[in-house]
Amino acid sequence: MDLSSINPVLLLASLMVAATPILLAAIGELVVERAGVLNLGVEGMMITGAVCGFVVAVATTSPWLGFLGAAIGGALLSLIFGFLTQFLLSNQVATGLALTLFGLGLSALMGQGYIGIKAPEFPDWYIPLLGDIPVIGPVIFQHDPMVYVGLAIVGGVWAFLKYSRAGLILRAVGENHEAAHALGYHVVRVRMLAIMFGGACAGLGGAYLSLVRVPQWTEGMTAGAGWIALAIVVFASWRPGRLLLGAYLFGGVTVLQLNLQAAGAAIGVEYLSMAPYLATIAVLVIMRAGRAPGSLGQSFHASR
Amino acid sequence: MIMLEKRPQPSRGWTFATPVVAVVLTMFFGGLLFAALGQDPLVTIRTIFLDPLFSEFAWFYRPQLLIKGAPLVLIAIGLSFGFRAGIWNIGAEGQYIVGAICGAAVGLAFYPMESFIIFPLMVIAGASGGLLWAMIPGLLRVRFGTNEILVSLMLVYVAEQLLASMALGALRNPDGMGFPGSRNLSQYESAANLEIIAGSGMHWGVLTAFLAVIVAYVALSRHIFGFNVRLSGQSPRAARFAGVNPGLLVLICMAISGALAGLAGLFEVAGPAGQISIDFNVGYGFTAIIVAFLGRLHPVGILLAGGLMALTYIGGEIAQSNLGLPIAAIQILQGMLLFFLLAVDVLTNYRITWARKIA
Repeated sequence: MDLSSINPVLLLASLMVAATPILLAAIGELVVERAGVLNLGVEGMMITGAVCGFVVAVATTSPWLGFLGAAIGGALLSLIFGFLTQFLLSNQVATGLALTLFGLGLSALMGQGYIGIKAPEFPDWYIPLLGDIPVIGPVIFQHDPMVYVGLAIVGGVWAFLKYSRAGLILRAVGENHEAAHALGYHVVRVRMLAIMFGGACAGLGGAYLSLVRVPQWTEGMTAGAGWIALAIVVFASWRPGRLLLGAYLFGGVTVLQLNLQAAGAAIGVEYLSMAPYLATIAVLVIMRAGRAPGSLGQSFHASR
Repeated sequence: MIMLEKRPQPSRGWTFATPVVAVVLTMFFGGLLFAALGQDPLVTIRTIFLDPLFSEFAWFYRPQLLIKGAPLVLIAIGLSFGFRAGIWNIGAEGQYIVGAICGAAVGLAFYPMESFIIFPLMVIAGASGGLLWAMIPGLLRVRFGTNEILVSLMLVYVAEQLLASMALGALRNPDGMGFPGSRNLSQYESAANLEIIAGSGMHWGVLTAFLAVIVAYVALSRHIFGFNVRLSGQSPRAARFAGVNPGLLVLICMAISGALAGLAGLFEVAGPAGQISIDFNVGYGFTAIIVAFLGRLHPVGILLAGGLMALTYIGGEIAQSNLGLPIAAIQILQGMLLFFLLAVDVLTNYRITWARKIA
């Protein structure tokens, strides 16, 4: 094995790119769970976003419109989950699983004519001055715009939850929906909006895979990224700051594993590919999760 | 204004009616989907749901119903215990793979010896493999409070990588000229999961699935264990006061589902599939989740639901070859079925009333 072939600067630079899809999906799910809803359909919304984004981007040759299409696609799919769990009071775990199974089928059907096509180019941003700093420049300031969009969303969610009145209402709904209802807040409305935001973010994360990271459409290309995003929300104890840490930790493991594969490590490729999943399990075991939102996963039915 | 009013007791009538309503709704909206894909909806629905049973080639498809249904029923029966108790093992696909690997490895270790003891040993290895794989999320939940949903699912991806490594490495056929995949177990008499009655599709896995249905029925309705499972699902606090050890219950439920999924994998690899290959698993572990819910987590219901799901698999293949229907459409159909089931289920627990808006 030739470890010297691994360039630490490039490794750190690709870490941010590898973490972005998970980060996007996880920040959406964080908002959903803070509103007291457990949507296990992240994987299904991600893959649907991946295919919607790819189809739109190829049709319009604009990656930006692709990302928009992915967000809309993810949000539309999440509406099914929202309708079933919020209005028909179905079990959230089962409905989330159904959403994933449905999304995998839907994406495979939608993406049929798009296998083997290349996505339109999505160039990196060149940030003058900052991008020229040695080491830090290439690591942090020479990425495609979506990396920064992802970071901006995380920052926005943090500020929203911490400082805004609407964020306070959302947290109240998630902590105790009976009390929030008694105070006159529309529990179901808040939750539907949160679910749609989660769907849109998952869609963006999926599209980042199909438009930037790979950049192609293949069936089942998310390969568990949505589930890892769910795990990272637990790891983050439902706090945006730690979410960032978790996503970058995960990105680091993925990138290191890929680099070791390329460097010809003595371990088999299959065993290296297990690393991100095993790392996720290890993180779930080691980190004591903080307190989950009080009403997480419970159906809300306003009795008269 | 339409309002939902909680029923004091879940409606018995709707408990039985909802799966039927869900199937009818799925057929209707599936028909719309097929029409959107440029197919004749009635012909497609008939091809999927009726042709496997009643067409002139039905003699060929009917055995397939048992072959495809057995793993689904076997896995779903195992899952139903945990789902009833609020223990979500959704990584049955991984346990299925590991069961198949362990069982096949034992069989291949004896090659080319012929002995009646080999197949029973493989069965034990398959069940233990699935059981041990399921113990990982089980023990982590009991010991560290780790979420079993996420861990069991992560282990599916680990198991898939393990399968690839086995097909390319340790279990590869030494006479296979470097092609991936193990020796064909179905051609190795002592290790083959043969049909008990030739041409019927009735192999040992099918028999085990029927046995599992009977045992599960007795356990759930006549045994204290089944009572504890149901109690833990409906009221964990009451279960603790009744002396149920919640940790032990988690482990037992995970063990049952893991062992049955492992068995399903073993019977598949030694019979219909024949060998360990990279694409050995076809998603039975996930479809079984739909089967378990569609069967209302009841053994007899699961048997019927497994048959219906097997039908969609076979009908889907027929529709693919005869009508050119993409196989993904069947996957959507299966997902839709679960959606409609969950949606209609509201009628079991709630009553729809017309209420005037209160000031």
